[in-house]
Amino acid sequence: MIRPVYFIPLAFFVFFAGLAGFMLTQEKDQFVESHMIGQTLPDFALRPATDNRPGVSIEDFRDGQPKLLNVWASWCLPCIAEAPHLETLKQSGAEIVGVAIRDRPADVANFLSRHGNPYSRIGADDLSALQLELGSSGVPETFVIDGDGTILHQHIGDIRAEHVPILLEMLKEARS
Amino acid sequence: MIAEIGHAALWLAAALAALQMVAGALALRAPEGTTSPYALYARPAAVVQALLAVLAFAMLLYAFAITDLSVKLVATNSHSLKPFLYKLTGTWGNHEGSMLLWVAVLALSGGLLAFAERRLPERTMSATLSVQGFVAIGFYFFLLVSSNPFERLPVPALEGVGLNPLLQDIGLAVHPPTLYIGYVGLSVAFSLAMGALITRQVTPAFAKVMRPWVLGAWVFLTLGITAGSYWAYYELGWGGWWFWDPVENASLMPWLAATALLHSVSVLAARDALRTWTIMLGVVAFSMSMLGTFLVRSGVLTSVHAFAVDPERGTLLLALLGLYIGGSLTIFAMRASSISEGKRFKASSREGALVFNNVMLSAILAIVLLGTLYPLLTEAFDVRVSVGPPYFNPAGAIFAIPMFIIMAVGPLLRWKDDKVSRIQPELMVLASVALLIVALVVFLGDYPLLPILGLALSGALALAALMPLRGRRLTRVPTATWGMVLAHFGVAVSLFGMASEAAFTEERLAAVSPGGSEEIGGWTIALEGVDPVSGPNWTAIEARIAASRGGGEPVILNPQARNFWAPSQATSESALLTRWDGQLYAVIGDAAGVDAQGQQRWQLRIWWKPFVTFIWYGGLLIALGGILSIAGRVQVDLKRRRATQIGDERRADEAAIAAGARGPQGAQGTQGGIAPEPAE
Repeated sequence: MIRPVYFIPLAFFVFFAGLAGFMLTQEKDQFVESHMIGQTLPDFALRPATDNRPGVSIEDFRDGQPKLLNVWASWCLPCIAEAPHLETLKQSGAEIVGVAIRDRPADVANFLSRHGNPYSRIGADDLSALQLELGSSGVPETFVIDGDGTILHQHIGDIRAEHVPILLEMLKEARS
Repeated sequence: MIAEIGHAALWLAAALAALQMVAGALALRAPEGTTSPYALYARPAAVVQALLAVLAFAMLLYAFAITDLSVKLVATNSHSLKPFLYKLTGTWGNHEGSMLLWVAVLALSGGLLAFAERRLPERTMSATLSVQGFVAIGFYFFLLVSSNPFERLPVPALEGVGLNPLLQDIGLAVHPPTLYIGYVGLSVAFSLAMGALITRQVTPAFAKVMRPWVLGAWVFLTLGITAGSYWAYYELGWGGWWFWDPVENASLMPWLAATALLHSVSVLAARDALRTWTIMLGVVAFSMSMLGTFLVRSGVLTSVHAFAVDPERGTLLLALLGLYIGGSLTIFAMRASSISEGKRFKASSREGALVFNNVMLSAILAIVLLGTLYPLLTEAFDVRVSVGPPYFNPAGAIFAIPMFIIMAVGPLLRWKDDKVSRIQPELMVLASVALLIVALVVFLGDYPLLPILGLALSGALALAALMPLRGRRLTRVPTATWGMVLAHFGVAVSLFGMASEAAFTEERLAAVSPGGSEEIGGWTIALEGVDPVSGPNWTAIEARIAASRGGGEPVILNPQARNFWAPSQATSESALLTRWDGQLYAVIGDAAGVDAQGQQRWQLRIWWKPFVTFIWYGGLLIALGGILSIAGRVQVDLKRRRATQIGDERRADEAAIAAGARGPQGAQGTQGGIAPEPAE
């Protein structure tokens, strides 16, 4: 004889497992989109993050040339993963301006010597001040900026091979 | 090589777990009363498997110790400049390493059971080892397939990328292993319960075998929760000691289940009652351990304790959960009716009180479980909620208050059948103590209801905990009884700390410039200055605060706001000043503008928390009570074993003498005969 009362714990567990299984299949929205898209860059001026590249200021984005603004750090692993794709972007004619978050010059130089240096300029953002003003919540993130310093697009996370043509297309549109 | 040895050991251990499972299961197929040849394999397989799993963990520990950056796990979680101690603790400060530790402890406890336990019927033992192997194999599979800790990098990294600085702390060095031993120790209780259920051997003898395992796991859980609570208290810098965070709840739920199990297994051992209930709790306790691991590791719930999150791992873990919890609950549902009901007892008896508190503990467990899973439920409907103290505190208290009352009364009652009128004088004393405290606190000031009740109950409970010692010669009280007295007294101490903290804490948040001072709880706090300081992998601003009380010598406190690099993260290092009657807790915040003289002002947050330390002293007392209880049981068991042995030898002697010839054990036997008989 089987008593139904002993099935109660099992019923609870089956309910939980179903719920948890359902939740695991749901895409979790972990990306925080910037509210700055469509607006111009804030005023800023950053010291050089390394010896062989100049620092970055708002003036550099007002020369009429669309650019990519790459927020990264030498201590960030996905940044290593995206390094080759940044190199491809550079070779396809994109100008990439780097902002190194909470970094030390020696670490930056070390990173660049190992993983390549696609940047025309690299500014040091020691307290994430510019990063926060950009509305970026993590590294790496990449912004497409037009020739007047307006933010057109925000790419959250590392750039993968499939993102390269999309970013190039955006830069091309910004130029015309 | 090191990593490869570890990896190979893990595979071999997994293979042995399979052997253990199959051998144990095949042994069950032999007809009742005969021994299957397969039964021979289960025990050695469990022991060797334990050695291999421990070897694998030791190899990973070594890779972290020497910062072998060709191992991916080391490169992503360690750093060559990190202090050595934190290199070692980094081994389990990450997903793969902590799962390996989990599995190593699982194998070790299984091996220990196989090696040391000889009291159970061989069939039950085979079933138990088979279940233990079955559980282990799933976790080996999980580790090897989705979380291999020994994975190499194609090119060794030049430098590691650090460790979450929040986890760079001595409290965290011991906290997770302690909890894991507790979690996984419950796996043995689970396997024993399943073994007994499958072979229908739910007997007092089985309960006696199970009890030390439950007690041991429970002691570690208690210590782990106590340490974790203190860690969150001083490290998170929010002044609280319990946040009802999913990770904390994940450790509390197995503890609640284990506490209930601990008491019900004692009833089963002493009185042969509560058979199905004990089995059910054995399953639930370990289920809660696995559920806790799942919730923490899968990332289905968001927590302040940041851990690596990976949905694929979550799915695998859920599958394992489904297999083990679902499977065991199914077996329970099918088999439970075939276990005959245990002995009956009156409601007003010690069993009655224990059953009542078992139900209360289970209700609290259900409340915590519901509160923890509720956000998961609402998120399925796209509503993000966070369940916190406003739910947990009152809902938990509804069941905790009656539980504390019965906890005070229960140990005074006799087994099986008793009358409440017999202990009337004691009850009057306890009630008047509680009422007196309520009157005193209400007279002193206007405090919330729950802390007042907590203070009253803690007073009554502390007195009640000592009552079982009354009228007994203290030297003759069994060690296990001392364990109970101490643990119950610890609950009272802890409850007093919680209630006092909730009722009497004073808090001051102020912007102070150097030279300024603040008053709090009888203390004078003067900010002498703020300096920049730096450590091996962080920079910080550090306040110099002079705290003095009643014109006494000032003590310097140095709270810091730290910024770590690799990875970058800001933490708040609180400064604590402990006195017997409480703790002063200071945190420095951000710069808060300049004052009239142009001096920089800083945000200071100061708490005076009367008797807050009693929370953790209580926790330690509870754990110590558990240790005494184990020691007492083991002592009695060893005495009994020796007595049986001596008796056997004497009988052999007598038989030999009667036969007119000296047996080979003769000389030994006469020596053994001199040993005193055990007391009980």
